[in-house]
Amino acid sequence: MIRVAIQTDAIDVPAELDIHDAGGHGASASFIGRVRGDNDLTELFLEHHPVLTEAGLAELAHAATDRWALSALTLIHRVGAMAPGESIVLVLASSAHRAEALAATEYLIDRLKTDVMFWKRETFADGRIAWVEPRDGDHSRAERWD
Amino acid sequence: MALTVSYFAWVRERMGVADEVIDPPAEVTTIAELVGWLAGRDERGALAFAEPGRIRAAVDGAMVGPDAAIGPDVALFPPVTGG
Repeated sequence: MIRVAIQTDAIDVPAELDIHDAGGHGASASFIGRVRGDNDLTELFLEHHPVLTEAGLAELAHAATDRWALSALTLIHRVGAMAPGESIVLVLASSAHRAEALAATEYLIDRLKTDVMFWKRETFADGRIAWVEPRDGDHSRAERWD
Repeated sequence: MALTVSYFAWVRERMGVADEVIDPPAEVTTIAELVGWLAGRDERGALAFAEPGRIRAAVDGAMVGPDAAIGPDVALFPPVTGG
């Protein structure tokens, strides 16, 4: 099973985990990225491309299933406005054994940050608005998987 | 060649529109040339494309580099910051 979604609604993590629980997989690994409230951040807005973003997520999911023996994979990314504490992204990877599930999860979140078309815009309590700049560390982490 | 160009994130904000149909001169054949032409076209283009090295592109649904040929559907945007 590969499930890829882009949505404005909150990510229902328990419901997504239930799908993996029901599959009888030996191991499931997960990653949840949440909005940090650093520097009095009041809103994080995620912009995406109406076509290419979903295609990019699907391509990434298939690259992971080609590379590791995964029995189930869920990749969900939110778009639109989010408040501190809300989940932005969920990666769930299931396999017969932990090593494949853990490696695939780390690969997916590393690559998602550099390879898929999402852009973050931050709004702060004083009214300041700023687009997030990519970090060099994100690219060095993503390149480890080349 | 008339083409549709769409903008994202701060490129969209600086251009003031999400997409537009443009008709650049015949000598504009690559992404880098298109970005240069847009930068020289008007004030908003100068603002959006002041640093061509910070611009990424897609042509007809595929991510491409600055030397790629332009097509009927071009997207111009900053480096991605998802996850």
